[in-house]
Amino acid sequence: MKRQMVTIDGNEAAASVAHRINEVCAIYPITPSSTMGEFADEWSALKHKNIWGTVPLVIEMQSEGGAAGAVHGALQTGALTTTFTASQGLLLMIPNMFKIAGELTSTVFQVSARTVATHALSIFGDHSDVMAVRQCGWGMLASGSVQEAHDMAVIAQVASLEARVPFLHFFDGFRTSHEVNKIEQLTDDDLRLMIDDDLVRAHRARALSPDRPVIRGTAQNPDVFFQARETVNPYYEACPAIVQKTMDKYAKLTGRAYHLFDYIGAPDAKRVLVIMASGGETAEATVKHLAERGEKVGVLRVRLYRPFSVKHFIAALPKTVKSIAVLDRTKEPGAIGEPLYTDIVNALVEGCKLENSSLKPANLPTVIGGRYGLSSKEFTPAMVKAVFDELAKPEPKNHFTIGITDDVTHTSLEYDPTFSVEHPETIRCVFFGLGADGTVGANKNSIKIIGEETDNNAQGYFVYDSKKSGSMTISHLRFGPKPIQAPYLITPHTANFVAIHQFNFLERFDILKYAQPGAVFLLNSIYAPEEVWHHLPREVQEDIIKKQLKFYVINAYDVAQKAGMGERINTIMQTCFFAISGVLPRDQAIKQIKKTIKKTYGKRGEAVVKKNYKAVDQSLANLHEVKVPEKAASSLTRRLPVPVQAPEFVRDILGPMIAFEGDSLPVSALPKDGTFPTGTTQWEKRNIALEIPVWEPDLCIQCGKCVFVCPHAVIRHKVYDTSLLKNTPATFKHLESKFKEFPGMAYTVQVAPEDCTGCSLCVEACPAKDKSQVGRKALNMAAQPPLREAEAANWDFFLSLPELDRALVNPGTVKNSQLLEPLFEFSGACSGCGETPYVKLVSQLFGERAIIANATGCSSIFGGNLPTTPWSFNKDGRGPAWSNSLFEDNAEFGLGFRLTLDKHNEYAGELLVQFVNELGQDLVDGLLNADQSTEAGITGQRERVEILKKKLAQSNDPRAKNLVSVADALVKKSVWIIGGDGWAYDIGYGGLDHVLASGRNVNVLVLDTEVYSNTGGQASKATPRAAVAKFAAQGKGLPKKDLGLIAMAYGYVYVARVAMGASDQHTLRAFLEAEAYDGPSLIIAYSHCIAHGIDMVKGLEQQKLAVQSGMWPLYRYDPRLAATGKNPLVIEFKQPSIPVDQYMYNETRYRMLVQSDEQRAELLLKESRQDVRKRWQFYSQMAAMHFGEKKE
Amino acid sequence: MADLTTTYLGLQLKNPLVASASPLSEKVETVCELEEAGIAALVMYSLFEEQIIHESLELDHYLDYGAESFAEALTYLPQIGRYSIGPESYLQHLSRVKKAVTIPVIGSLNGVSTGGWIDYARKIEDAGADALELNIYYLPFDPKIVSAELEGTYTALVSNVKAKIKIPLAIKISPFFTGMANVCRRLVEAGADGLVLFNRFYQPDFDLEELEIVPNLTLSTSQELRMPLRWISLLYGRVKTDFALTTGIHTAEDVLKAMMAGANVAMLASELLKHGPRRAVEILTNIRQWMDGHDYESIHQMRGSMSAQAMHEPYALRRSNYIKVLNSFKYLP
Repeated sequence: MKRQMVTIDGNEAAASVAHRINEVCAIYPITPSSTMGEFADEWSALKHKNIWGTVPLVIEMQSEGGAAGAVHGALQTGALTTTFTASQGLLLMIPNMFKIAGELTSTVFQVSARTVATHALSIFGDHSDVMAVRQCGWGMLASGSVQEAHDMAVIAQVASLEARVPFLHFFDGFRTSHEVNKIEQLTDDDLRLMIDDDLVRAHRARALSPDRPVIRGTAQNPDVFFQARETVNPYYEACPAIVQKTMDKYAKLTGRAYHLFDYIGAPDAKRVLVIMASGGETAEATVKHLAERGEKVGVLRVRLYRPFSVKHFIAALPKTVKSIAVLDRTKEPGAIGEPLYTDIVNALVEGCKLENSSLKPANLPTVIGGRYGLSSKEFTPAMVKAVFDELAKPEPKNHFTIGITDDVTHTSLEYDPTFSVEHPETIRCVFFGLGADGTVGANKNSIKIIGEETDNNAQGYFVYDSKKSGSMTISHLRFGPKPIQAPYLITPHTANFVAIHQFNFLERFDILKYAQPGAVFLLNSIYAPEEVWHHLPREVQEDIIKKQLKFYVINAYDVAQKAGMGERINTIMQTCFFAISGVLPRDQAIKQIKKTIKKTYGKRGEAVVKKNYKAVDQSLANLHEVKVPEKAASSLTRRLPVPVQAPEFVRDILGPMIAFEGDSLPVSALPKDGTFPTGTTQWEKRNIALEIPVWEPDLCIQCGKCVFVCPHAVIRHKVYDTSLLKNTPATFKHLESKFKEFPGMAYTVQVAPEDCTGCSLCVEACPAKDKSQVGRKALNMAAQPPLREAEAANWDFFLSLPELDRALVNPGTVKNSQLLEPLFEFSGACSGCGETPYVKLVSQLFGERAIIANATGCSSIFGGNLPTTPWSFNKDGRGPAWSNSLFEDNAEFGLGFRLTLDKHNEYAGELLVQFVNELGQDLVDGLLNADQSTEAGITGQRERVEILKKKLAQSNDPRAKNLVSVADALVKKSVWIIGGDGWAYDIGYGGLDHVLASGRNVNVLVLDTEVYSNTGGQASKATPRAAVAKFAAQGKGLPKKDLGLIAMAYGYVYVARVAMGASDQHTLRAFLEAEAYDGPSLIIAYSHCIAHGIDMVKGLEQQKLAVQSGMWPLYRYDPRLAATGKNPLVIEFKQPSIPVDQYMYNETRYRMLVQSDEQRAELLLKESRQDVRKRWQFYSQMAAMHFGEKKE
Repeated sequence: MADLTTTYLGLQLKNPLVASASPLSEKVETVCELEEAGIAALVMYSLFEEQIIHESLELDHYLDYGAESFAEALTYLPQIGRYSIGPESYLQHLSRVKKAVTIPVIGSLNGVSTGGWIDYARKIEDAGADALELNIYYLPFDPKIVSAELEGTYTALVSNVKAKIKIPLAIKISPFFTGMANVCRRLVEAGADGLVLFNRFYQPDFDLEELEIVPNLTLSTSQELRMPLRWISLLYGRVKTDFALTTGIHTAEDVLKAMMAGANVAMLASELLKHGPRRAVEILTNIRQWMDGHDYESIHQMRGSMSAQAMHEPYALRRSNYIKVLNSFKYLP
């Protein structure tokens, strides 16, 4: 079998080996490793066999801890077993990793190394995770490129089988895991030649079996544990040589030679850099460049980090070396240095003692350590050169940083960003696309075309922004005749080709800085070639002239519309790229594009292929070169990222981050402990809606439903005094209030035009129709640009109108509840998100006294992903305090909040009675016995606490000071524990169960999308039967877990299942009752999601159908009712009134099973019908049970 | 015993009962039951133009919806090896049905434009269909479209489809044509081997509470037989082609009337949906009994016996003696 050149990413490269040389994969999704598990699952679903001719068994577990346990068990019973993970996931595996190593078990975990959350979560790459498990006794093998990720995956496995040391094979998250590159793919025969089946059988022979029973996992005591622990030493001593032997065997087979430590550079180098993983690629390219120019420099790339072989290290190091810089992609605060650095220092010292060592303690080289690349911070040749320059200094800086500006402890090294080592024949292209337009997908295809259809080497890397709606993507493509060893982004002023697929990016970002002089600039423009110039900001015009760019335009939206492509301009821009770049002759390029289209879209049907072909065919006729004038004359200038009136922190710190200039911020600019101000999304006017709702007062019935359902808090209504209408903007609309509580006042519904995402859920929810023209509602969508200016002025005026006193608003009805100010606004969630309306409701009802624990997931990302965050505060400065701890511990984290509040409340009470004389009996009694069941009661208590603080302000009594410091706990606080179903049903379930069982007053909100939405739609135990999801590609065969029913079993937990689109009033009531209940509450909220494959505009309608079909029962279980002799379960749904398929087959997640496996779909549909029937019978009987005292 | 055999589109049928395009053909088992009950041929449920095009466009849209936008979720749905989208699963099903029964199976295509979807006519043939029924359904709500243009679209579509296949082609149309007889003649000239009269529309309803248009499916009744009955009577002999009467066939009497009007076959679905496939046994028994009781020897004997050309008073069919009818209605006391 001949090896093929394929263009794939690092995750696929590693997984393609792992899947073929294992029997069992126990997996759990975590970025950036998720796709490895997804590949394994899909390949097994497609019956792809391993090299022994059997399809590997893939199972999704409830957490990485669970995956590690399952792996451990499968290994102990003799299966070749693997898993894929990263970051916290890897840390959750630590206990099992110790066990697996302690039992000398052969396995390989594939890890795309990712930052471990500290002051903040980061999904990006560094070595903090793998360094946190270096003590487990595992072999650790590092890969630096996509090809290496493929190669080392098998080397690790082979070595592990022989050495009996388990291996961690790791590569840099995103930088390698997500980089697309051209590699030589190993055949099954290659893998068979590498793996010794006798060792596989030996692994099986060691397995637990009742046929040859042993006991493993004993408890040992001080008498023998220590000695037993030392028994493994020979295995670790032998391991490095086994790895090298394996590498040599691999080199013979493939020609790619690796060593435990690979040295590259001048043989007589004086300055040497030591580094692991993808940074080694950059360092290697830089060293080659410098050494060719006579510099005595070299790089030692560490492949096998554990077991660390001093002997091999010293042998690889040039004897001429005078100074060494060790670069760590991690930070270990408080340590002498970072792990690799301390290891190298130790290795040198120990190296002196080796037999025949040339190293002597007296002539040891100078060693410095530095940190680079945390959380995928760029690491470029310029930085490598700066480190070498530092090494040349008589007293180089130790414990330095490179790649940032540290103006606090001054660790950072200066570097010249213009320094480059890239080959002159390499072509560099950057593409700025809109998330929804398909740019990234097209560029991945382009890379495949170039990589697989030409002799060129090719590389693609893709950068995404932090928002889920209206997001920008940046594709970095390199190709050329020479190998591309450049795991870093294309740097400013070096791109040969710059494409901007969304015109308004030019107004917001400095994109042409990427272009080198004479580069090609391709713009998707609605303006014709002869008029486009006048619509460009002045800075853009100046850049085009100064850099003498060749400027092309195409109206790709027009071509896309005509070809039936909607807003997807991917193939159009791709065709233009090939036409202009000349990487292939035009005819050949078009042939290849079409071939790729057929391959990519063929299985979706002929119509899809044809529309793409049509788009390709029409592209070139619409591509025009623009004649560039000699002078820039535009009166337009680029917009500031935030308005000048924004608070200083927003303007100076968040502003550059919004403008993609965050790399330039120095250490001093950033908060030390991860604490940020809230309410910052209001300053980032993203203007992403093409259409916004327009209010028609003559039809409005003031029901507030539009406000209730708005996922982004961009449509609001207010009741206010008519006297405030004196100086309204010209187009500001208002009505007389129809609220019976607020007669004679004015009423307005207002939209935030620049924050709206255009999801139109408000229009869907609006019940008011024109009696003469039912298509016209009280809200209708209209184009945003012509409305933007006037409505922005109206919005500002609307915000200036005072909010109603909360004490006057009875929140028990939907319309009244929506008079409360939302303190969660303008999040970056998907347009039309099904989760955010519930989150916003919490902020309205309880926000000014809420403290929120948020599990990692969608809600923590749209809730806390920088640069700007949506949790906000009111005019008094009060609002939700929010934090994200981890994924798995959220319930416990939130319980901790409650424990503090309860303790401080108790302590304050204990102190209060000691200050009766100073405070007065009335105040003390008032504070201790306050009724805080209403807003008025809470306001009264707040006022009392303020009096207390004033009265004790001058006291020097330490008890008084303590009382003041905890007095706020006397005011009722609302603890909310929020997360998705992945957390509540799976990884966090154990903790959630315990917290509910604790009886403490916490409110749990489960935003149930029925999949792991944030990581791309993997199945959870909330996934319903028959739905297709990742890790359930064949349709989930078992029913959804009934979390609510389990919680009800306690009898003292308030439980509600809600669906806003089916009943807003029921939803509102559940939230109010849950919060009012002095005990644990659980609300499970149906959250429609992009991962369902639905038209998000119809999300609310789907919720209604879910309830009508019986798929989503609505109920409230209130333990207080039982105490009064009533049945605590009140069901709010009727007997299923529509067939389940009427609900299910509106969603791609169900429909695609019909399209892929009709028979299974039919079977699962039948079972789903039974589920619904059984559920209805069960719940209706339970709700009918008699709960009163039995009368004798 | 009376001879019930008939021919339709060149196919020899054991009797004139044909199951029309409906959910009856969605399951192989039901089709087998229909055959067992005596149904002479089956028209498969329709493969819609919209299904062929839009189903794949929809799948394409949702598989890419939100993809490649956010670093943690580059896609939201798993990649599945292959999809059997509308047409493919239809063709597979047709093939399974064909293998399961011995009665002729007629494929059904429903659409109006002359786009690439008509390639599926050939694919239906390749899947084993004995004939093809083309259901042309178009609502001419655009005031700019003149009748000639509309009729031209129909005939062009018929000749395009005819050019794709070797099996016989029947055309199913609605009754809403100004020049019905002329249109029928032109359709036959364009290549139709038979005409199916008439398509039955599912007219939507209004929901007065929600002020929304709602789909409303009602089954046919025997009263609806009258229009196709009348038109087949008028066209029989004038337009040289086979006729299938569809809509309103519920009883043996309805079938007999259809035959006498000039139809080669009577198509039914509502009756079978309502009472199950075994209802065909009763209808066939009743046909035989009626024919025996009235000394008819064969279906062939009665075909067209009450058509306009065969009637002595064709006026009654043409003007429909409607004045007489209008005047004959009396309120009951």
